[in-house]
Amino acid sequence: MSASRGGALRQAAPVFAALGDSTRLALVRRLSTDGPLSITRLTRGSGMTRQGVTRHLESLERAGLVRDTRQGREHVFSLDLKRVAVARQYLDHVSAQWDAAAARLKGFVEAD
Amino acid sequence: MTTATDHPQTTDRIEKRFEVSAKRSRVWRALADAGEFGTWFGMTLDRAFTPGATVLGHLTLKGYEHVTLEMQIDRMEPEGYFSYRWHPYAVDPKIDYSAEPMTLVEFRLEESAGGTVVMITESGFDKLPSSRRAEAFRMNDGGWTSQSKKLASHVG
Repeated sequence: MSASRGGALRQAAPVFAALGDSTRLALVRRLSTDGPLSITRLTRGSGMTRQGVTRHLESLERAGLVRDTRQGREHVFSLDLKRVAVARQYLDHVSAQWDAAAARLKGFVEAD
Repeated sequence: MTTATDHPQTTDRIEKRFEVSAKRSRVWRALADAGEFGTWFGMTLDRAFTPGATVLGHLTLKGYEHVTLEMQIDRMEPEGYFSYRWHPYAVDPKIDYSAEPMTLVEFRLEESAGGTVVMITESGFDKLPSSRRAEAFRMNDGGWTSQSKKLASHVG
């Protein structure tokens, strides 16, 4: 394994671990549709306490999926899209293999 | 060629749908006959496909000749449905994938005006350990994608 590949592996694993939880996934989805939001806004209607939301946001932040910026007295969280792209890449990769396999199947059955 | 993916938002499944100008019986043979399947997929299979069978495939795609895949044949409904389970992208010979959950690959065929519509679904990715997805991501720069694209443009 080259150094850069090992780096990519170390970078991707915590991303999947952080996303492997339905509550955190819901927070990521919320941030992706509604943009940067304060903890207060994220807590409202979530069915969780402010402390619960904060804990999940901290996990996401450790994985580098969200960024915390302070606006006055409020913590405002936004998505770090580069890291989300890492998580998408695996499925895109398998998907590309199926595109290629589909093309080979098409070529094969149409050659007769 | 292009394939349509029906649900781009999900992380659990991949769906492909495309039309081929060949009769449904012809496409079925390309799926159900292990020799024909291996020809277009790019592997040599060690036995015939029958429901419940475990079939070993040796990849023949350039750069992946070291890879042996295991396919557990699930259901075969002539000219309509073929499914099997496997470990997706299990290409590192140093890793034992056998304890991991498998994904389910399904082929569905439907007659159409232009020939046959083929639907391919692979599902169960959400059950894979996160480290596994990360490991496969690492392989991403290994050239599989570009190799596949070359092949696709050659035969497509």
